[in-house]
Formats: sequence, structure tokens, C-alpha cells
Amino acid sequence: MRIHISTTDGVPIYQQIVNQIKYLVASGSLAPGAELPAIRVLAERLIVNPNTVARAYRELETAGVVEKRRTAGTFVSDQATPLARRERLKILAERVDALLAEAGQMAISFDELLTLVRQRQTVLESSRAQE
Amino acid sequence: MSEITIPAESPLIDIRGVTRRFGEKTALHNISLTIPSGGVFGLIGGNGAGKTTLIKHILGLFRPQSGTVRVFGLDPVQDPVGTLGRIGYLSEDRDLPDWMRVGELMRYTQAFFPKWDVKYAQELQEAFDLDPLAKVKTLSRGQRARAGLLIALAHRPDLLVLDEPSSGLDPVVRRDILGAIIRTIADEGRTVLFSSHLLDEVERVADRLAIIHEGEILLTSSLDEIKESHRRLTLRFNRPHTTAPALGSVLACDGHDAEWTYICQGKIDELRRSAVAAGATVVDEAALSLDEIFVSQIQSQRR
Repeated sequence: MRIHISTTDGVPIYQQIVNQIKYLVASGSLAPGAELPAIRVLAERLIVNPNTVARAYRELETAGVVEKRRTAGTFVSDQATPLARRERLKILAERVDALLAEAGQMAISFDELLTLVRQRQTVLESSRAQE
Repeated sequence: MSEITIPAESPLIDIRGVTRRFGEKTALHNISLTIPSGGVFGLIGGNGAGKTTLIKHILGLFRPQSGTVRVFGLDPVQDPVGTLGRIGYLSEDRDLPDWMRVGELMRYTQAFFPKWDVKYAQELQEAFDLDPLAKVKTLSRGQRARAGLLIALAHRPDLLVLDEPSSGLDPVVRRDILGAIIRTIADEGRTVLFSSHLLDEVERVADRLAIIHEGEILLTSSLDEIKESHRRLTLRFNRPHTTAPALGSVLACDGHDAEWTYICQGKIDELRRSAVAAGATVVDEAALSLDEIFVSQIQSQRR
């Protein structure tokens, strides 16, 4: 499980852990039933306070992404998959909002932005075809 | 592992109205601070802010000129055995006896601490790759810090005090030190107090923190509360301004023409309302890194 913590952009560390585990579940990198590292193990690996990891796991549990089992382990919930599409769209919506805001700041119109998105899609497709 | 609970009862460290002068210079000015039991407490401030002086009062190395200091409910000056015996301390200058070998340093320190854990000391010595036959004097900066950390940790203190533990060290040694902080509180709910000017470290490991500036505590709270209460609002006004339009109590502001950025602590709704009243729209609202919070707190003192 690869998680990257940044202390430069202001996002609370527990939130970064929550978001990234959600992405990993949404993308299928973490399958339903997969066990998450113990709080202490992840805290030592990421060099963050164990309480921060505990808070992230709590939020993920409330959101139904993970569940605690009797053996004290934390596992990706079996219901995580049906949420995946909605979660994926939610994550993308945040990215789109940021993109729209930046386009506005750079005085790029919405139509120009759409044209750019289509262009980039064509470029991506052709580069994939060459692989 | 079960979650670590922080008991909210009597504070582990209770400092009330402590003032300290060195000649003409006031190093600490009427400081009151409580540090709860369990978790990691970060003490942040610039050079000469008073961090080390405050820590030396907690250790009983300085007697308060006014006010009181209590650690584990005891006066550390009156009862050094009852307090220092339960504290592991790594000083900023890592003052270790240069003439000793690492093995001797370990045996020597062990004699002072009845609770010294021989097996744990051995584990740390191996994990830190410290040669027991090496003279302390010949150790590299990083190995010297590791040796200091070993003797601070091996008696499993109830309170671990680290004064600028990372200063001047490479990232590998810094990782060892932060790892030791995390293991210390994860183990048995013990308490760590560390001072630092490296705010990304504090943001990673601290539960609570205090900002100290020119001998005074500017702010003390949980890291979560501090992060949640500080916001940066970017506003676009309906006309250009040559100076930042006044919008009530803010920590800092910056910008030009019609676009201005305000950093505020709490009262975000108030700021939003007065922005609208001043003909501005909120373009962006963002959380701040601890580094930005610290800088804007210090800047707000200068104005």
C-alpha cells in the first residue's frame, strides 16, 4: 500500500491518508477483504502520529470503506466495490473543480477548455496506440 | 493495536507564571503551559524564542525566578530524583562524555536508572549500528545523536524530552529519531515533549503544540484544532486597492490591485461577511500548512 504524505499543501495528514486509501480502493489496488496495515505499523512507515492513522481508519470505517474485524485487524469492506464508481466520480469532480478554477484564473473560456480536453484525449489515445 | 487514548486529567507538566531573566534579557515572560499525559507535544519557535530555557525549567536545571513548575506533580528542583528518574532527555548540543566508549556510556547511564532495560538498550545499539568500543569523541554527528537517543530511551521513561533533536542531522538519522518518538507513544501511552523549528516534523508527529515567541506562548492547542481554525481566503474586490482593505482581525494579508489574500484564525464566517460587504467575492479558501500558520502568527506579532 503506497501512501505519500505531504506537509506543504495544508491538507490535514489524516485526510491525506483517508483520500489515498479511498483512491486505492476505488481503483482496485486494494481489493475488498484486503487487510490494512496495523495502525502502529503504518504510523512508523509514514512517520506520522499513530493517533492520526487511528483517526483516518475511523473515518474510513464510518464511510463504509473499511471494517474492523474481531481479530483487531482492519479490512477493506466487502461493500467497497459498489461505492467505487460514485467515489471515482466524486474524486474526479474535485479535480474538475480545481481545473475550472485555474482555467478561470488564466482567462481560458469553458469552450476553449473543452477543446483542450478533447485534444489531450486524442494525444493520449495515439500515444497509447504506439505502445 | 488498540487506539491510544489521551487521559485528560491532571497534566503531566504544569507551568504557571514562569518568568526568567538573564541580565537585561527576558528569556521567558510569565509563561503558563500545561502538557497532558500521553501523546506528543511539540514546542515550536525560532532561535532564541525560549524553547531551551523552558525545557531546562521542566528538567529542574533552572529554578524559576517567579512562578511554579510541576512535573508528575513534583517540583523538579526540590525533587530531582523523583522527576529526572522518569525523564529521558536528549539535549540540543548532545553533551555526552567524550572520553567514554559507547559501551561504557551505556553501563554508566544504566547506574542512574533502576528501570534501565538491558535488552532494549542492546536492541537500540544494534538498530542504530553503534559500535560499543567506539569512543564517543570519534562518533559522527548522526551517531552521536543516536547514542544520546539510546541513553534517553533505554530506561523507558514516562516522559521523553528532546530539544531540537533533528537539528543539523541527515534525513536518515532524523527518521530514526521520529521513529523513536512514534514508538515511544505507541508502546505504552507515554509522553514525548520535543522542541523543533522543523515544522513538517512537528506536523507529522505532534498531537498538541505550543508556539513560543520572544519568551511568550502565542498559541497552544491540539494540532487538529490549530489546522482547522486557520484559513487562507483569496478575495477579489470590485475595484483595485493600493493597500489591503481592512476586514477585521486577520493574522496576515498580502496581494495587489483587486486580488488580496487574508490569513485568519477562527472567525472565518465574520471575515467572509465583511468581505462581501466590502464588495469582494471569495475566489479561494484553503487550509494552511503548519509552516504557514507559524509564519503568519509570528508576522502578526510584528505589526
